[in-house]
Amino acid sequence: MSVGEYIRNSQIWKSIFRHPAPYDRRNRTVVMLTNFFLHLHPVNVKQQGIALSYTWCMGGITFFLFLVETITGVLLMFYYRPTLEWAFQDILLLRDVNTLGIMREIHRWGAHAMVITVWLHMYRVFLTGSYKPPREFNWVIGVLLLVLTLLLSFTGYLLPWDQLAIWAITVGSNMARATPFLGHEGPGAAILNIGGFDLITNASDARFMLLGGRFVGEATLNRFYILHCVAIPLVVAGLIAVHFWRVRKDGGISQPL
Amino acid sequence: MLDPHPDLTSGVIHGLGYLYALLFCMNAYWAVRSFKLGYHFRLPKSLGGQDVPSAGPWAMYAVLLLLVALAHFVSAGRPDAFLIRLPGWLQDLVNVFADPISYFALSTVLFVAMIWLREWWVKPTAAWVLLNITLVSMGLAITDYDFRQIVGKPDNVPIVGMLFIVAFFTWIYFKRANDNDKRIAEGRPLFEQENNEKVLVWPDLVYAELICMVLITVVLVAWGIVLEAPLEEAANAAKTPNPSKAPWYFLGLQEMLVYYDPWLAGVVFPSVILVGLMAIPYIDFNKRGSGYYSFNERKFAVITFLFGFLPLWVAMIILGTFLRGPNWNFFGIFEYWDTHKLAVLDNVNLSDLFWTSMLGQALPGNMFLRELPGILLVLGYFAILPGLMAATVFRKFFHRMGFIRFVVFSNLVLLMVALPLKMVLRWTFNLKYIVAIPEYFFNI
Ligand code: HEM
Repeated sequence: MSVGEYIRNSQIWKSIFRHPAPYDRRNRTVVMLTNFFLHLHPVNVKQQGIALSYTWCMGGITFFLFLVETITGVLLMFYYRPTLEWAFQDILLLRDVNTLGIMREIHRWGAHAMVITVWLHMYRVFLTGSYKPPREFNWVIGVLLLVLTLLLSFTGYLLPWDQLAIWAITVGSNMARATPFLGHEGPGAAILNIGGFDLITNASDARFMLLGGRFVGEATLNRFYILHCVAIPLVVAGLIAVHFWRVRKDGGISQPL
Repeated sequence: MLDPHPDLTSGVIHGLGYLYALLFCMNAYWAVRSFKLGYHFRLPKSLGGQDVPSAGPWAMYAVLLLLVALAHFVSAGRPDAFLIRLPGWLQDLVNVFADPISYFALSTVLFVAMIWLREWWVKPTAAWVLLNITLVSMGLAITDYDFRQIVGKPDNVPIVGMLFIVAFFTWIYFKRANDNDKRIAEGRPLFEQENNEKVLVWPDLVYAELICMVLITVVLVAWGIVLEAPLEEAANAAKTPNPSKAPWYFLGLQEMLVYYDPWLAGVVFPSVILVGLMAIPYIDFNKRGSGYYSFNERKFAVITFLFGFLPLWVAMIILGTFLRGPNWNFFGIFEYWDTHKLAVLDNVNLSDLFWTSMLGQALPGNMFLRELPGILLVLGYFAILPGLMAATVFRKFFHRMGFIRFVVFSNLVLLMVALPLKMVLRWTFNLKYIVAIPEYFFNI
C-alpha cells in the first residue's frame, strides 16, 4: 500500500471526504455533490460555456481577488489602528514588519486589479448578451457589486492617512456637498428651511453624514475603516452568494438558444 | 553639472534594454510562427512582384530589435551620449496636439475606425503590427523625463496595464463576433454551438480554475515585489496638493467637472450611469445575440455600450490621470507640469449669448426671465426630443418598446449624449452654463 493510499484509507481522511478520490466518472460526480465548496458548481457543463475565450474567467478572477483581499486585509488589520495618532505611523512601520512581507503591496495591487477585472467581467457579460432574459436580475445584482467594489476601493484609499489618501477622499467626497436638496451647496437645499432656519447646512448635509464631520478627520477615518473592513465586505459577500446562486438558477453560464 | 531631470539614466536604459529584448523574443516567435504557417506576401510590381515568405521581414525586424536591445545593455553606462531616444521634433509634434479637443476628437476617430475596420484589425498580423507600434512608441516615450514621471507612478501602472488589457479583450470580442456574424450570414452553426459537448466539472473546470488562481497569485506576488505600494507624507489638512485627484477609477467623473457643476458631474450623472446600467436588460428588447458573441445581431446596443465604455469612461480616465496637471490644466504627455501654466478662461453663459450678444440688451433683472432661453432649451431637450426620436430615427424602437420603456431609454441616451454635447459647445461657443442660477446652485 502506498503512502497516498494509506492516508486516503485512514479514518480521518474518510471523515473529511465522503467518497473515494475523483478518479472515475462516478466519483467525479460525487465530489461535486458532496463537497461544500465545490457544490457551487454544477456536476457537468457545456464545454463552450466554460471556455476561457468565452468567459475570460473574469467573474472567477474577481471572486478570487475578493478572497485575496479578505485574507491580506485581515493580516493588515493586525497591525493597523484607525486613529489620527497611529494610522500613518502603523503603515509606515509595516515596512519593518518582516513577517508581513509584501502583504500591503498585494492588498493594494489586488484592489486595483479587482476594479479592472470587475469592469472586464461586465464588458464580457454585455458583449455576449448574457444579461438578456432570464438573466436580467443577475445583471442588476452585478451592477450593485460593481458599485460596492468601487466603494470598497474608495474607502480603503483613505486608511494609510497620507497626503494621497486624505486629498483623494476630500476631492471625491466634496461632490456630496452638491447633492440636490441634501447637500448644502446643492440645488434646492435652500428650499428646505423652516421659518428662516436652514435644515441643510455644512453640519447636517449628505457630506457631513458621509464624513462624520465638516472635513476629512478622525471621525471619517473611523467610518471608512468600519465600512471598509466590516460593512461593505459583508454586503459584498452576501451579494456574491446571491449572484452565484442566480447564475445556477438562471440556467448556468449563458449559451446560444 | 548633473541635470536634476535627466531624460535618460543608466537604470532607464537598462530597463529599456529588457523591453527591447522582450520585443525581440516576441517577434522571433512571430517569425517562426509565420514560417510554419507559410505566410506569404506579394512584393510591389516595381520590386519584381513575386511572392515572398513573411517570415523574412519579421526575422529581420527581430534581429534589429536584438541589436537595439544589445545597444542598450552595452552603453547603459553613458546615458548622456546615448542616441536611441525620442526625437525632439516628434515630442513637439505630439505636444502640439495636446489639448482636450484633439484628444476627444482622436479618441472618437479611433472608436469609429475600430468599428469600421473591424474586419481588418482583428487579423492576427494587423493586430501584431499595432501591438508592436504601441510598444515601440512606449519604449521611445519612456526616454522622456516628464512622461516617466507620470506613467511610472506606482498607482498609475495598473492604468497603463488596463489600456493593453482592454484593447486585448476588445480584440477578442471583435474576432469572435466577426466569425459568428459570418457564420450566421452563411447559415452555419455558431462558434459556441460547435464542439459543445457536456463535460464534467471535475476535472475540466476545477483544474482550469486552479491554474487561473495560481497564475493570478504569481502575477500579484511579482507585481508586489517589483512595485512598492506608495506612501506619501503624513496627511496634512493645511497643505493642498496641486493637482488634487480622486482615486484613478473616478477620474472620468472628475473630468466631467470641467463641463458640468458638481451636482451634475458628481451626483446626478453617476447615479444616472448606475440606473442606466441596471436598466439595460429591461430596455434591450432584442432577443437575438444572447449567449454568444456577435456584432451584426445587435449593432445599436453594442455601439452604444462601447461608446460609453471606451471613449467616455476609459479614455476619460486616461485623460484625467495622465494629461491633467496642476489646476486641472491640460498637459501633453511630454510636457512639464508647470503650476503657473495659464489657461485662458473666457467662457460665457447662454443668457449672455442670448440677451447681450444676440439681442443687444442688458440681462433682465428677473433671474427666471434671464435664464428662460436656457430653461426652455433644457426642457425641450428632454421633453420634445424623445417625441421627435420616436417619430423618426427610433420609430421601430418605439413600437417594440412601448411608451414607458421608450421614455426611459430616450432620456438615458440623451443624458449620455449630454456630456460630449456640452464639450463641443464649450469648444465652439465657449459656453459655460446653459442655465445659470448660481443663487440656488442650479447651473447646467
Ligand atoms: C464582485 C463582483 C463580481 C463577481 C465576483 C462576479 C462573479 C461572477 C461569476 C464567477 C460568474 C460566472 C461566469 C463568469 O465567470 O463569467 C458571473 C456571471 C455573471 N455576472 Fe458576475 N460577478 C461580479 C460582478 C458582476 C457585474 C459588475 C455584472 C454586470 C453588471 C455581473 C453580471 C453577471 C451576469 C449577468 C452573469 C451571468 C453570465 C452568464 O451566464 O454568462 N457580475 N459573475
